Amino acid sequence: MSKIVRTVANQLMLFVLVFGLYVIMHGHVTPGGGFQGGAIIASGVVMLIVAFGSGQIKKSLRERRLALVESSGALLFILVAFFGIGTVFFYNFLVGSRIFGDIPPTGPNPGDVWTGGVIPLMNLAVGLKVIAGLSGAVLALALFSGGEEM
Amino acid sequence: MTETIIGNFPLVAAVVLTGIGLYILIFRRNLIKIVMGITILSSSVNLFLVTLGYREGGIAPIYTDAPEGPMVLPVVQALTLTNIVIAVATSALILSLVIRIYRNTGSLDSKKSRRMKG
Amino acid sequence: MATLIEHSSILIIAVPLLIAFLTPLIGMASKKARNSVVVVGLAFVAFLVFALARDVILNGIHIYTLGATSPSLAIPEGTMVPVRIILEVDGVSVFMGIVVAIVSLVAVIYSMSAMKGETGQNRFYTLLLLMVAGTFGMVFTGDLFNLFVFLEITSISGAALIAFRTKFADSQEGGFKYIVVSAIASLMVLFAISLLYAQYNLLNIGALAAAMQYTMLDRIALVILIAAFAMKLGGVPMHMWISDTYSVAPVSITVLLITASQASMYALMRICFILYGVTLDLAVVGWIVIAIGILGMFIGVTMAVRQTDITRLIAYNCVCEAGFMLVGLGVGLAVLGDLTALRTYGTTAISGAIFHMINHALFEGLLFLVAGAIFYRIGTRDINQMGGLGHTMKFTAAFFLLGALASSGLPPFNGFASKILIYESVYQFNPILTIIGILVSIITLAVFVKAFFSAFTGALLPKYKDIKEVPKTMIAAMTIFAVIIIIFGLFPGLILDWIVRPATDALVDQAAYINAIMGAIP
Repeated sequence: MSKIVRTVANQLMLFVLVFGLYVIMHGHVTPGGGFQGGAIIASGVVMLIVAFGSGQIKKSLRERRLALVESSGALLFILVAFFGIGTVFFYNFLVGSRIFGDIPPTGPNPGDVWTGGVIPLMNLAVGLKVIAGLSGAVLALALFSGGEEM
Repeated sequence: MTETIIGNFPLVAAVVLTGIGLYILIFRRNLIKIVMGITILSSSVNLFLVTLGYREGGIAPIYTDAPEGPMVLPVVQALTLTNIVIAVATSALILSLVIRIYRNTGSLDSKKSRRMKG
Repeated sequence: MATLIEHSSILIIAVPLLIAFLTPLIGMASKKARNSVVVVGLAFVAFLVFALARDVILNGIHIYTLGATSPSLAIPEGTMVPVRIILEVDGVSVFMGIVVAIVSLVAVIYSMSAMKGETGQNRFYTLLLLMVAGTFGMVFTGDLFNLFVFLEITSISGAALIAFRTKFADSQEGGFKYIVVSAIASLMVLFAISLLYAQYNLLNIGALAAAMQYTMLDRIALVILIAAFAMKLGGVPMHMWISDTYSVAPVSITVLLITASQASMYALMRICFILYGVTLDLAVVGWIVIAIGILGMFIGVTMAVRQTDITRLIAYNCVCEAGFMLVGLGVGLAVLGDLTALRTYGTTAISGAIFHMINHALFEGLLFLVAGAIFYRIGTRDINQMGGLGHTMKFTAAFFLLGALASSGLPPFNGFASKILIYESVYQFNPILTIIGILVSIITLAVFVKAFFSAFTGALLPKYKDIKEVPKTMIAAMTIFAVIIIIFGLFPGLILDWIVRPATDALVDQAAYINAIMGAIP
């Protein structure tokens, strides 16, 4: 793609990243969450693949790094679910504690991000997995239709 | 009769989309069109699910800066989100299989790229 | 130990998920460590399944509420319906759990040498463990939407595993057909679930069964659910994908696919017997299930006669055996409302069908593993090109003969025990069905005798002079299946009393299932 497109894609990627992380971390007070934010960032990566070509992106997003991020996202999700097994699996044990532990008032309120307990951590884990998974899938499809393997 | 159709327009749209999706799956032979048929069928089920959650005069079930009014149940929306995620995974897998079949047999027509019969 | 059993139903689903995502990280370091972690993890899961089975059969239904303050808190203070996802484990669920546990352990032991030269083995084990977790989730859950989600997990990972060997063109086509059929069936299931939700605002199976009035929309949902699950388990006329899929997949995946089809049959049973119960039009629905079964038996065995590819032959035999199970279940469903008929032959028919489920997984699994061993050594599946392999591959030939005799229902193997239960109970319902069943079994025996004689006996072809026996882990996997087949055949009474009769009692007892959820007090 031409120089203008590449420069604009470079600059826009920062805004896409910030917006995607905002959607991931505010999943428990506004619409959004792990999958939605991860899909936003993955579409930003697709924009970079279209602007720079899949061969160029393959040098930075290598297969081992994507597999590492993906597995650690999924492991974080399941381990946080396992930590509550003292009571019940998936129990929200961080409500009332010092990490994400404030208890919001019932009824309509201006949203407070430092609430929710386990939920923002799980949103982050799902977001990591979706970013790595979706961008890896689109990169593999782009490379494969061009003739090379990932 | 017409005011039943206009009053229940989302449900009619869901049925029409299901019909289009099934027509594509039965009568079209191109592999990419089959994938599109599955996507249209999935969209129709999502539309049907979201329509079931409608309550007259309700507001979105979000407590942040919420206006006055009764809130609808968020169960249906959670089901729809889960179905969308599943559809994404299915589409990714099925498109990569279509690319491999095209590489192996050179044709996207399901009659020409079949190898197993009987 | 008591807390381990209390949490065991969710541990059985969560431990394979945990190991599935640990596998890429461990596999980057060392292959042997990854293989041993997978085998040890599945052995631990099998131990948990047997402990949970013993507890459920002795003490009654287990429920587990995810995320509540106590595992049995299904209905919190102030609400009238169950909230949160609830796992409900009764006799039928632990029976299916035992099947999945045994088959998955054998599949992993077999794959350790069968997949040795392939690339991307980390992803293979991840997807295999995801498929095992999905199947366990399908049989343990008490919630309809959770059933749909685990059905999709199983289907997607299964399709990716079928197409794993990308150098063969057939497997890509088989994977494509599997994912298309699964996607359509799952969308139909979701449509029916949304119809039920629209009427009753409930997704929990026990709560829905208590609130069910058999309106017109419920009948539509029942038809859609029976059609979709019959599509997933290979009931005729939706059986064409089975021969294309089971024949081209790596055989350790085929045995897991058979288990996934059994899980769909479990879902069909759960919906017909527990969700709807006696409010159905029992005669009509029962005869429809029997009709699907009879067609399956006919078409399965007649298509198997003309096959020259050994795995396609075994796959059509799978369609035939699924027909036997459906006939037994259909007879049990048709007499569900009539208490004297139920006690005389209805429960025997259901017991025969349930016992045939584990026997089917065992002998079909053994036959597929043998076919995979032959493919591993000589690289072809065509019967016309094989000959005299029994001279060098002695164990493999013996296992094939064992599986073939068990499949045709000859004593003293396990197929005889379950088929005789089905024959004698279905005879009291309608004699013609039994006669058709016996004829089909005879033709099955003929098909397998032909396959055995052309593959293993006769003169040793010169191009196969240097074929040795297959590696030790593959022999070990096949031996496990063979030993269980022989034990089930020699002592069927023990198996019937320990695990099959509790499963049958749990299936016809809708009231106990509902009371476990709705009567649960914190």
